[in-house]
Amino acid sequence: MRYALKKIVTMMITVIVVTLFVYIAFNLISGDPAISMLGTNATPERLNALREELHLNDPVIVRYFRWLIALFKGDMGVSYSYRIDVSTMIFDKIPVTATMAAMSFILMIVISIPLGIHTSKYQGGVLDRIIMILNQIIMSIPPFFSGILITLIFGRILKIFTPGGYVSYSNDFGGFLWYMFFPSLAIALPKATMAVKLLRGSLISEYNMDYVRTAYSKGNTTNGVIYNHMLKNAILPVITFLGMALTDIIAGSIIVEQVFGIPGLGRILLTSISNRDYPVVMAIIVIISFMVLVVNMLVDIIYSLIDPRISFEDK
Amino acid sequence: MKTNKKNFNFILGIGIIIFMVLFVFLGRILPLRDANAIDATLKFAPPSLKHPFGCDNFGREILSRVIQGSFSTFCIALGTVFIGTFFGIIIGALTGYFGGLVDEILMRINDAIFAFPSILLALLFISLLGPGTYQVVIALGIAFIPSFARIVRGEFLKNRNMDYVKCAKLLGASDLRIMVIHILPNTLKVLLNSVLIGFNNAVLAEASMSFLGIGVQPPDPSLGRMLSEAQGFLFKAPNYALFPGLAIILMVLGFGLLSDSFEK
Repeated sequence: MRYALKKIVTMMITVIVVTLFVYIAFNLISGDPAISMLGTNATPERLNALREELHLNDPVIVRYFRWLIALFKGDMGVSYSYRIDVSTMIFDKIPVTATMAAMSFILMIVISIPLGIHTSKYQGGVLDRIIMILNQIIMSIPPFFSGILITLIFGRILKIFTPGGYVSYSNDFGGFLWYMFFPSLAIALPKATMAVKLLRGSLISEYNMDYVRTAYSKGNTTNGVIYNHMLKNAILPVITFLGMALTDIIAGSIIVEQVFGIPGLGRILLTSISNRDYPVVMAIIVIISFMVLVVNMLVDIIYSLIDPRISFEDK
Repeated sequence: MKTNKKNFNFILGIGIIIFMVLFVFLGRILPLRDANAIDATLKFAPPSLKHPFGCDNFGREILSRVIQGSFSTFCIALGTVFIGTFFGIIIGALTGYFGGLVDEILMRINDAIFAFPSILLALLFISLLGPGTYQVVIALGIAFIPSFARIVRGEFLKNRNMDYVKCAKLLGASDLRIMVIHILPNTLKVLLNSVLIGFNNAVLAEASMSFLGIGVQPPDPSLGRMLSEAQGFLFKAPNYALFPGLAIILMVLGFGLLSDSFEK
């Protein structure tokens, strides 16, 4: 409990550091928002009036805290290009990106854990070798290229989905999930291969341990030893990796969204970057990093539940 | 069995890297068509003896473009890793060797940045600096510093209390001398491996950024942008997407196998 509390406090400090960094960076470089909203031909009086209205004359730190508090209330400012609330622009996109990340994460686990166990059990065998060679190759595929390959295979050759035929979740939830399966697979595959390699290596090094020999000598079958004894130890480094992979998945979804034409956070982020629409860029970066930090914190806490040594050391 | 496999990885990795290097450098020497030359009659020409990889939607030679693109990806990745390692070593060495409050603060900041996916960090820098080749090198380079700093710091922390460092201190060596001449060479093995992994991540990150259209700017070819252009013609000319993709995979695979063979 104390450990969890400590992690939550650390996360909150990190959120403040990250948001402060983002805010100051954008304030230094983005220039005067009043000019970007009214254009360079605006009269000084109008500019000043707008600056007063937007509280741009206050010190940076005051503006930062005002922005942060507003952010937590759900007020993310107004988009420069579209002149509408940033929150209305992005709120209905969050479920899209979140669904994709969650599906990729589940796929990654479903693919990697059985394969990792299987290959370690039959290490050196033909199937193990074939899987490990394939594994090494798939590991080198960037997610957007795996997306293109998946479009080619499932869209053109097998024709089981329509590339670019995105279905909104509010219209047809089943169709939405079916469409999202393919981009999720594209993100999950390269990450899953790394998890397979890690789990396989970690299980193989456990086979020589004394407790495994003891478990065997007590009459356990190989499966019994693996599932009841070894997995609990071997899975620890994999959990750390899965947490890191989830971070990459959330970020990777920005790219894969482009391959499959999915209107999620990534697409708005990219158009806003090219439009220099800073309030939107800031809001999305803060939202994504918030997701990432929460995930990291949860992984740390789950880790301490599985491995009691961690929270024990901390006391 | 174990060493055999490591050797196999090493040889295969080196083989792939040599192949890619030859491919890129021979391609620059051989009289191929200019990567940016447009020829409407060759629009979507399929792979043939004259055009081994075929031609793209503007009738440009895909082979020349893959070679040029691989070259720029290679250079950008090299630049990124250089910035990351250089500043990573300085920050990691100072914080690991001296410790104290500065170390504590820098490592907290480092942790915060480390928790941030590097592609997102690079996007943040690009949105501040604007798109372009040099901007990508700087953005990715900065994004890569924390991971190198963390590794180097760990090594310096481990080494600073070892007997050989104590001896050097007793002999009156300065801190700088101890750091550069005594400890740094001992971190090289770990560093080499992370440089190789970093190089791979840089290749992937560069390809992703140019795929998103914020890396190398057109008309100069880059593997990522070729893939994003090819996507529109995926069913018409799959070769347009497959060859740049294959170039990325080979590059990453070669360095991946090499770093595997160095692991303990």
